[in-house]
Amino acid sequence: MAEVRLEGVSKRFGRTQAIAELDLRVQDGEFLVLLGPTGAGKTTTLRLVAGLEAPDAGRVWMEGRDITGAPPSTRDVAFVFQQYSLYPHLSVYDNLAFPLRSPARRIPEDQIRARVGEIARLLHLEAKLESRATQLSGGQMQRVGIGRALVRRPAIYLMDEPLSSLDAKLRAEMRVELKRIQRELGATILYVTHDQTEAMTMASRIGVLDRGRLAQLGSPREIYEDPVNVHVATRLGSPSVNLVPRALFPSLRVPEETVTIGVRTEHVRIRKSANGAAVGRVRWVEHLGDRSHLHVTVADTDVITLADPHADLAVGDEVAIEMLAPLFFDARGERVRRS
Amino acid sequence: MAEIRVENLRKDFGEFLAVRGSTFTVPDGDFFCLLGPSGCGKTTTLRMIAGLELPTSGRILLGGEDVTFKQASQRDIAFVFQLFALYPHMNVRANISYPLKSQGTPREEVRQRVEEAARILRITHLLDRSVSGLSSGDRQRVALGRAIVRKPLAFMLDEPLGALDAEFRELMCGELRALHDRLKATTVYVTHDQLEAMSMADTIALMNDGVLEQLGPPQEIYDRPASVFVADFVGSPPMNFIPFRGRVTPGDRSVRIGEAAVAVPEAHEGTPEADLLLGARPEHVQLSAGSALRASVLDAEYLGTTQIVTVTTAQGATLKARVSSEVAVRPGDNTGLTFRPEKLSVFEKRSGRVLRSALHQEAARG
Repeated sequence: MAEVRLEGVSKRFGRTQAIAELDLRVQDGEFLVLLGPTGAGKTTTLRLVAGLEAPDAGRVWMEGRDITGAPPSTRDVAFVFQQYSLYPHLSVYDNLAFPLRSPARRIPEDQIRARVGEIARLLHLEAKLESRATQLSGGQMQRVGIGRALVRRPAIYLMDEPLSSLDAKLRAEMRVELKRIQRELGATILYVTHDQTEAMTMASRIGVLDRGRLAQLGSPREIYEDPVNVHVATRLGSPSVNLVPRALFPSLRVPEETVTIGVRTEHVRIRKSANGAAVGRVRWVEHLGDRSHLHVTVADTDVITLADPHADLAVGDEVAIEMLAPLFFDARGERVRRS
Repeated sequence: MAEIRVENLRKDFGEFLAVRGSTFTVPDGDFFCLLGPSGCGKTTTLRMIAGLELPTSGRILLGGEDVTFKQASQRDIAFVFQLFALYPHMNVRANISYPLKSQGTPREEVRQRVEEAARILRITHLLDRSVSGLSSGDRQRVALGRAIVRKPLAFMLDEPLGALDAEFRELMCGELRALHDRLKATTVYVTHDQLEAMSMADTIALMNDGVLEQLGPPQEIYDRPASVFVADFVGSPPMNFIPFRGRVTPGDRSVRIGEAAVAVPEAHEGTPEADLLLGARPEHVQLSAGSALRASVLDAEYLGTTQIVTVTTAQGATLKARVSSEVAVRPGDNTGLTFRPEKLSVFEKRSGRVLRSALHQEAARG
């Protein structure tokens, strides 16, 4: 059972509290994505699991065994870094075989060949096996980098923004690929990123990290539809959730403690207002092709809404606004639920 | 402010043809995006307009005046580069003042114009700060300040957001567009990012391999791509292409793909039997159990309200559909595909060119 558990783990670098009392359980066979901005503690968490950092407090468990003090070489993990580092003088085949040829493992060559062949097939690199690493495109190199981790069958794969150096198109392809491979291998993956699309599209569960603390853990849908606070609500969704002061919509019935109302762009409905019913004015129409973002100014606040690209609305139009599924937050940014 | 007109503009670098004869007009006050992949000639075009590069042939008119062989300094154009170069030893005020001071503008006028530029960019509170301590966004605002303080005839921006991270880029896109709306200045903006171009531009000129592939408003380019290249470059995920072999006769309202007859906009242009591509945007593909066009689900990517479902057709084509997240889809599911017929395009595979249809008629009228 490839389960990894962090229990009350804290880590400080000088005056910076990188991780604070983190409890996290990565279940066998799941694709868990830690999402957060730079400095949230994502990479530190990975390095703690790999044993590249030692926690100040708390324990790390792997497959039921306490590995808190175990050296990295004894931990059954494979790490994929942001920057792929391949051996330029070796072929793709030898790069992929390298982790299996370690003197500590002594795997027979025919087994190595079978494993490398299988991974090359998964990553669509079969035709490139004889090429030198330097003859590959950036995307192919990163696939070899990922493949070098996948040839091993560790308890858990640790991935640190492995797609961030790829261009947008390749990244979109690799997201689908990586998820397919994870499913086919039944692999357990702990993956960190600041890219919300990667988190939403690949994760079985997302852990949202905020300044070293786990703000929320749940399926992409739970995190998107039911965020516990303002920070989590703004992590997912593009454009970001609208956050408006309660006073902007005085007629809306809200729980008493509400200070801020959050509403996703797709939940803002607007229509051209009849005489006098206007609450906002269209400031700018942003075309995305399949849909448009309408920027509507209400008092001094910009509210962004999603509209059909062929909707009959133009800059300067006065509109009435209706909010579906609003989220309510108190003065500290915590979610307030209707009782 | 001024209109920019480019006529038969061409630039060779030795054997390499960077720009192969472009003609277009940037209307006065337009936010005009030169869009395309790296090496397509967009930056070379911009540099020729600004006077940083001399054309091999062709003409450039700025506000009606032929400036083709004028030096950059005499063109009254402000240029903002991808990597905003600020003078590190000067404070924000001195950086923004610099272009005016070097023109010999009177001190009081410099002060007024710098403060006006700072107010427009909302960086008044930073004027006396050193530039070295600023965030990348504020540095970019200072660089813009240095451009707008001159009140030039036009602005040239070369991937000004390329160095910023995604979240911040989105914010700056909004700011740049709002700034343009306030100044109403003719702006030529170079980017390889289709989303930037779609969200900001009044007009997009999409370039490929030194050639202007299509010119038009963002929605027009998205809805009615002139070629496979355009359809593939604009949109995320890009348009789906389903290969099939067939002939098209003007008046046809459907094409045959395998066993399925797929309804398309009425053809206005025909072709003898040839390899063709049916083009469908992801949001115009629907999953429908009853359709004769069979497919199996490879993946579903959750995106909040919508999800992107990847499917493979029985003929082996891979397609992406944007459907509501409420639709339950699992990898391995067998399904059928239907399309929004009025939105589809048919392309000639060999040339990549679109076959004209009722879709384009609508454009001519609208």
